[in-house]
Amino acid sequence: MSDIRLRGSTAIAGVGLAGCGEAPGFSEIEILALAARAAVEDAGLSFSDIDGLCTANLSAAMWPLNVVEYLGIRPSFIEGTNIGGSAFVAHLQPAMLALTAGICNAVLVCYGSTQRTAAFGRKERTAARNLLDPAPFDAPYEPFNPPSGYALIAARHMHEFGTTRRHLAEVAVAARRWAQLNPDAFARSPLTIEDVLGARMVSDPFTVHDCCLVTDGAGAFVMMRSDAAKDRPQQPVYVLGHGTAAWHRTASGMNDLTVTPARDSGQRAYAMAGLQPADIDLLQLYDAFTINPILFLEDLGFCAKGEGGPFVEGGTIGPGGRLPVNTNGGGLSCVQPNMYGVFAMIEAVLQLRGICGARQVSGATTALVNGNGGNAASSQSTAILGTSAAL
Amino acid sequence: MILPPETLGPEAAYQAALDQGRFFIQQCADCRRAVFYPRTICPHCSGRILKWIEPSGRGTVYSVTTVRRKPEHGGDYNVSLIDLSEGVRMMSSVRGISPHEVQIGMSVRAEIVTNNGSGLVVFKPADQTS
Ligand SMILES: [Zn+2]
Repeated sequence: MSDIRLRGSTAIAGVGLAGCGEAPGFSEIEILALAARAAVEDAGLSFSDIDGLCTANLSAAMWPLNVVEYLGIRPSFIEGTNIGGSAFVAHLQPAMLALTAGICNAVLVCYGSTQRTAAFGRKERTAARNLLDPAPFDAPYEPFNPPSGYALIAARHMHEFGTTRRHLAEVAVAARRWAQLNPDAFARSPLTIEDVLGARMVSDPFTVHDCCLVTDGAGAFVMMRSDAAKDRPQQPVYVLGHGTAAWHRTASGMNDLTVTPARDSGQRAYAMAGLQPADIDLLQLYDAFTINPILFLEDLGFCAKGEGGPFVEGGTIGPGGRLPVNTNGGGLSCVQPNMYGVFAMIEAVLQLRGICGARQVSGATTALVNGNGGNAASSQSTAILGTSAAL
Repeated sequence: MILPPETLGPEAAYQAALDQGRFFIQQCADCRRAVFYPRTICPHCSGRILKWIEPSGRGTVYSVTTVRRKPEHGGDYNVSLIDLSEGVRMMSSVRGISPHEVQIGMSVRAEIVTNNGSGLVVFKPADQTS
């Protein structure tokens, strides 16, 4: 079910980034606030205009309250659903409903993490989460999550379809080549397929280069009804279609390891947008691991199931390739502060504004963002964005 | 036959049986499908009556990964998803062979071991079990 009345009804009016890469000495709320301020300013608004908030965080159960207090806002619409890194793509749906229902006029979607440099780091946070939110039937076997969940998916995909480690490596190399065109990307040193294959193994078939970065970073964007967004300083980026789907939590609960909920979220987004894969100019596919973009290219209809590996061969998704994917360098080479969805959204907006310099996809009028969440591609949220030319 | 205690919820009852060396899964009285992990309602038909059954222990490796760990911390180990012949899937570990030799499609058999004082289901290659 997709309500086509929502097509183009809302737009992204402002985006902001802060503390991407390393933000030593800063807390997550501090860089989140800087990104939020940048997004609100980009939209030509002030915080007193923000009457809607979407935010989530992996450690605080009531994170919207932290954000409300820190920013000094009093929103009438508050959304704190956390379904993993896809959350900030999934937040579009409730934001669209609240905006079009007139519950609020300007929604701030924001996230920040200092997982790379924080003293209370990733290891401690993971241990705390396992204690508070156990997976009792998996935990005794000590899967090294999230890599192991996706490694199980990759191994099955390789078994069923003949996907190879070289195919996976193609995804990492394409991401790095995009990052080399992005001065703000975290990992820009040369990377070859052989480098990926020869790197330290983490959870077979993944080497460290098949796994996303661990960085700090904050991102934010502002959504408004389209009529109001037209009066803002930036060219609006319209939400043409959207869908979210979740089927399971863990790899052991995933029915077919080679098919993700993106099959459903994508269909819902295409139906709302009235578009199909051939209409999409560029993709932002949440690349927690190199298998992810391969799965999503299949599940979103850019190639048949099982053909994702051969599809990415020979630089198809890299700079100069047939289908631009993760043009900022993605979570593999640009930025990955634990939940990446907001950064995928921001890169799509910047591309559709046409201001991406060396990495700009020329003439892009449509972009698809696919957010991934959980330890086994558990939740997927797909957004199709477009310029006024695509309305 | 010692059944998991009915006074406990299914998760605790499952573990209590395992701690005594018995491996049970559930079967829905309504739709007849096997259920794992143990639940209070059937995930297929929302049926309320889930009976404990003792599985055959036969399974097939559905997917596999080797978690890399430094030798001083115990070395590499296997994490697998196992399809039991009753039609349910569980995460487990195939033991008794090198983690690098565990293959998708391999026939395995369940075995209960003690892990940190608790019963735990692991698997061994079917041709290896006595
Ligand atoms: Zn049932």
